[in-house]
Amino acid sequence: MARPLMRNALVRWIDHRLPIFAFMEKELVDYPTPKNLNYWWNYGSLAGIVLVVMIVTGIVLAMHYTPHVDHAFGSVERIMRDVNYGWMIRYIHTNGASAFFVIVYIHIFRGLYYGSYKAPRELLWMIGVAILLAMMATAFMGYVLPWGQMSFWGATVITNLFSAIPWVGETVVTWLWGGFTVDNPTLNRFYSLHYLLPFVIAALVGLHLIALHQHGSNNPVGIDAKGPQDKIPFHPYYTIKDMFGLALFLTIFAGFVFFAPNFFGEPENYIPANPLQTPTHIVPEWYFLPFYAILRSITFDVWFLSAKLIGVVLMFGSILILFLLPWLDRSPVRSARFRPIYRQMFWVLLLDCIVLGWVGGNPPEGLFVVIGQIATAYYFAHFIILLPALSVLEKPRPVPDSISRPVLDGAAAASSGGVR
Amino acid sequence: MRALALSLAVAAALAAGPRAEAAESGAAPPAVGWSFDGLFGTFDRAALRRGLRVYTEVCAACHALEHLHYRNLAGIGFGEAEIKAIAAAVDIADGPDAEGEMFERPGRPSDRFAAPFANENAARAANGGAYPPDLSLIVKARPGGADYLHALLVGYGDPPNGMTLHEGMSYNAYFPGRQIAMPAPLSDEAVEYEDGTRATVAQMARDVTSFLAWAAEPELEERKRMGVKIVLFLIVLTGLLFAIKRRIWARLH
Repeated sequence: MARPLMRNALVRWIDHRLPIFAFMEKELVDYPTPKNLNYWWNYGSLAGIVLVVMIVTGIVLAMHYTPHVDHAFGSVERIMRDVNYGWMIRYIHTNGASAFFVIVYIHIFRGLYYGSYKAPRELLWMIGVAILLAMMATAFMGYVLPWGQMSFWGATVITNLFSAIPWVGETVVTWLWGGFTVDNPTLNRFYSLHYLLPFVIAALVGLHLIALHQHGSNNPVGIDAKGPQDKIPFHPYYTIKDMFGLALFLTIFAGFVFFAPNFFGEPENYIPANPLQTPTHIVPEWYFLPFYAILRSITFDVWFLSAKLIGVVLMFGSILILFLLPWLDRSPVRSARFRPIYRQMFWVLLLDCIVLGWVGGNPPEGLFVVIGQIATAYYFAHFIILLPALSVLEKPRPVPDSISRPVLDGAAAASSGGVR
Repeated sequence: MRALALSLAVAAALAAGPRAEAAESGAAPPAVGWSFDGLFGTFDRAALRRGLRVYTEVCAACHALEHLHYRNLAGIGFGEAEIKAIAAAVDIADGPDAEGEMFERPGRPSDRFAAPFANENAARAANGGAYPPDLSLIVKARPGGADYLHALLVGYGDPPNGMTLHEGMSYNAYFPGRQIAMPAPLSDEAVEYEDGTRATVAQMARDVTSFLAWAAEPELEERKRMGVKIVLFLIVLTGLLFAIKRRIWARLH
């Protein structure tokens, strides 16, 4: 069956030599996709689109930005005031960073709920975790570029974490800074890396998609497709669904960009960086707050390990542990719909992360310390103790025979309580 | 010194134990209700003109407006001749000339607002060691924004019983720590308004806050105007796409 596109002689001529049209038809048009994906499956393509928006706005901003400690702050203000629609491009970029994290966090929790990390999608999941790490590095360095007070002091606090490394810590920090304090060389290298890393992310996204298309999307019931009746072509069904989701997202996003552009920002960062004046509260951007809480939760030395070192290890460990998730969760059932205990645990973990974020945004005093410690302990217990134990102890409900007929006795009751 | 400040800061940020609050935070500023609030907010042109006068005659003695150029005044309704006159009223340091000498000349619309001091050290020396911050972004750079700035300007008074002020400080309920190095800047009739409005402290505080809100976000009106159109467009687009999605998916059922 010749597609309308392939009836064009030029397209056929090119495709015979460079099969990009055949490739696009296979992966974007015909690509068989489970017919039962719900709206939680919209966030993957949405994240990809936001990445493109970030790269495009970022390239334009880079044309007007000056990476120098004496000029960075002023050049950003020049973008806001004198560059045509510079304020819009910058506000899209700053709010886009927050939107990117909202979307990716939802995407990750979708994967957790429906067991999307399980065989045969372990590498797909691990590439995703690598994307998250690269995003965090990019966002952190991007926040330093306007060279406001939070830029400077955030950079100082975070780069200082590496001083916790035994013996070589101080040397490593000096090497990272390119000097003996956060200064012009630091700003220059952060700018260089902030420009580089998004393209690394784009490459990782390419791998993520290759791994995804190998076995196709997981789905809300978490069972493999039994035949063609369980799948539908990506186009037009999911192209239109993703476009609808995109338009809805853009409506909300435009609300922030045009009416509350500094909602996610810190007023303090509109004060130029001053190395001699420390802000009262140094807080990272909201998307780092749970990790910041884990970092600060350790208030005691253990044997010869300093509290700071343990905090740093736990903070990085809280993400690195996700790489092991496919092997920590041994349950053969993917979707939480058929895992009554795991489903409760999922919501507790989500709540735990929100509590960590709340603690991270508050000064480390009094009750916040205790709550932060409990929440940190629970976070790791979820992955290291509860999930492996659950794999043995939990008795899953029966899963349906096929995606097309999910309405079994057990499934009907379970799915009514699932995420819709 | 720098290394010490740095390590102290890092220690403060990382220490999970209780730490002393650096300063008691100021009272919550009351909500004023500004013309530039809300989805359709715009600046009150008359208030901005009066606010410019307050800035020029009062604030500009100590506070710079670094990110503003005289030409920007066109954005709030000043004519070309008016802007030229306002700019020409100040002397701007320029140079070096052909002989290598620096010289002073009348300001031009393309100049930045003239700064009251040559550098931070000069500003501190003239202000008892305190540095009057640049006001270009002050409304965006303080929690509470315009409400805070307005509250600060009208918030001077006598300290409560038992509170002793440091040398040269004034009591202000809204300033973090409640002691501020800036003496009460406004007094009734401190300026004479062209439009005959009575220059009370409350009036001047509102006017200059409006002016500085514009200085911080000169794009605000255009931003909100565009935003209304874009959001309306996107709502319609979202609705249409949803209808199309339903039609296409209906083929499956």
